Amino acid sequence: MSTAAPAVSVDGLVMRYGDKVAVDGLSLEVARGTITAVLGPNGAGKTTTLETCEGYRAPQQGTVRVLGLDPQRDRAELLPRIGVMLQAGGAWSGVRAEEMLEHMASLHARPLDTRMLGERLGLGDCGRTPYRRLSGGQQQRLGLAIALVGRPELVFVDEPTAGMDPQARRTTWELLEEVRADGVTVVLTTHHMDEAEHLADRIHIIDRGRVIATGTPGELTREGRSATIRLVVNRPFPDGAPESLRAELGPGTEVRQLDEVSMLVHGPADSMTLGRVSRWCEEHDVLPETLNLGQRNLEDVFLDLTGRELTP
Amino acid sequence: MSATFTPAPGGAPLSRMVLAQARMEARLMLRNGEQLLLAVVIPVIVLVGGVAGADRLGLDLQGHRPVDVLTPGVLALAVMSTAFTSVAIATGFERRYGVIKLLGASPLPRHGLLLGKVVALLNVVALQLVVLVVVGLALGWRPALDHPPTSALGLVLAVAVGTAAFAALGLFVAGVLRAEATLALANLVYLLLMAGGGVVLPTSTYGSAGSVIQWLPSAALGDAMRAALVDAAVDGRSLLVLAVWAALGTALTARTFRWE
Repeated sequence: MSTAAPAVSVDGLVMRYGDKVAVDGLSLEVARGTITAVLGPNGAGKTTTLETCEGYRAPQQGTVRVLGLDPQRDRAELLPRIGVMLQAGGAWSGVRAEEMLEHMASLHARPLDTRMLGERLGLGDCGRTPYRRLSGGQQQRLGLAIALVGRPELVFVDEPTAGMDPQARRTTWELLEEVRADGVTVVLTTHHMDEAEHLADRIHIIDRGRVIATGTPGELTREGRSATIRLVVNRPFPDGAPESLRAELGPGTEVRQLDEVSMLVHGPADSMTLGRVSRWCEEHDVLPETLNLGQRNLEDVFLDLTGRELTP
Repeated sequence: MSATFTPAPGGAPLSRMVLAQARMEARLMLRNGEQLLLAVVIPVIVLVGGVAGADRLGLDLQGHRPVDVLTPGVLALAVMSTAFTSVAIATGFERRYGVIKLLGASPLPRHGLLLGKVVALLNVVALQLVVLVVVGLALGWRPALDHPPTSALGLVLAVAVGTAAFAALGLFVAGVLRAEATLALANLVYLLLMAGGGVVLPTSTYGSAGSVIQWLPSAALGDAMRAALVDAAVDGRSLLVLAVWAALGTALTARTFRWE
């Protein structure tokens, strides 16, 4: 019966710490077999939401279901079926990396081979190193190995690549894609756009404890209220061209000259704007060689939705 | 053939998880140099020093040889060091490092974690007692052998109830204080009780203060141990005092312990 339910379903979750509202009526769903990113700035409520799904905190309002189970009431049934990677820590300071992974494996009925897993995550060289002497990136990779070792149906990974070098980051992304291909559902939090854009089938953008947008990376970056237009012309612009173009396009538009033949226009993403730009070119006797609507990224999406930058 | 990560979830049987946890915790405890100092080196120094210097201290040991009184006291000291100080410090840092949090999302239930700790603790205590008994015998210790079953019963009860009392108190401290504060307090309490808590020396040597000190868990454990090994008796009063401390510590821990 529980196979039909979504992997995660959060409905109207409210969580407060004292006066501070960390999660403010948040609702989201995660479909099975997907990688779903929960994206937002620090303090948006990502970790609190995850910890409620993992059974660490009881919802103060709203309901949370994970694999069709209540993480509080059905804790004993749920925990063996999920894997959890904490944002930091989780191991004794004196424990060796391989010892820690073997210990976590021994708590499961059918664990993965720890040697294989360690090697896949590039931990082969540091198996005998005590946890406190591992680099930040190695600790993260061990955390991911621990989340996966029990062969869970669903893993929650909190900021999985924080502190990793680009190489380790790519390895981790590939591993998560393989995990998904093998049928595991992945829920990850991140405040890195590129990570969400690269990995996620679906993204929930969270700000101030609420979901402010949901969609595939393509949907989120396509639909929107503004866009960047790049204009390159066949001969140098006349003097005062940016000011004159801005006057033509009206308020809510930014024009920036890059060099004597190219400009960037940031404004409403509609055909009227494009039409006005090409009419302005005709009037000023320059021929547009390039006139394209730039691809927005999630950074722009977040800026549009909140008026603030995602990464401070 | 299934792919590498194809889900096949499930927890191990409880007994296997508890044993794995116990083995892990015991191994980490024995690997920690400072804790070994507390668990074995200090009790051995106290025993050797006490036997060598007993005459000069002019203690009234009611006709018993110093080594016969001091060895049971040092066994009590060893139980206290591991059950209270080591458990408090280890648990305090487990909270700080998120170990307890991570295990809280694993198939190991909380009662399994607690049980694992108890098994690890009893194993370490047993190892300590073996070492200290050997050192005591080498120094000429002759335990009371008038009625071995009574001595054995008294010893087992003293170790069991004493461990329970001190472990409950250690967990209470670890559950409410920050890791550094736990480290400082657990060591301080250990030193204070070792010096003036009636654990190594009988409460009768403390003069009038002895009537107060005898209600401390340290004195109760020391007296119960001496009753078993010096007088071949089961000290019901001291065991009852320890049981009350165990109940108090458990109630406090259950009410206040924070897993993170």
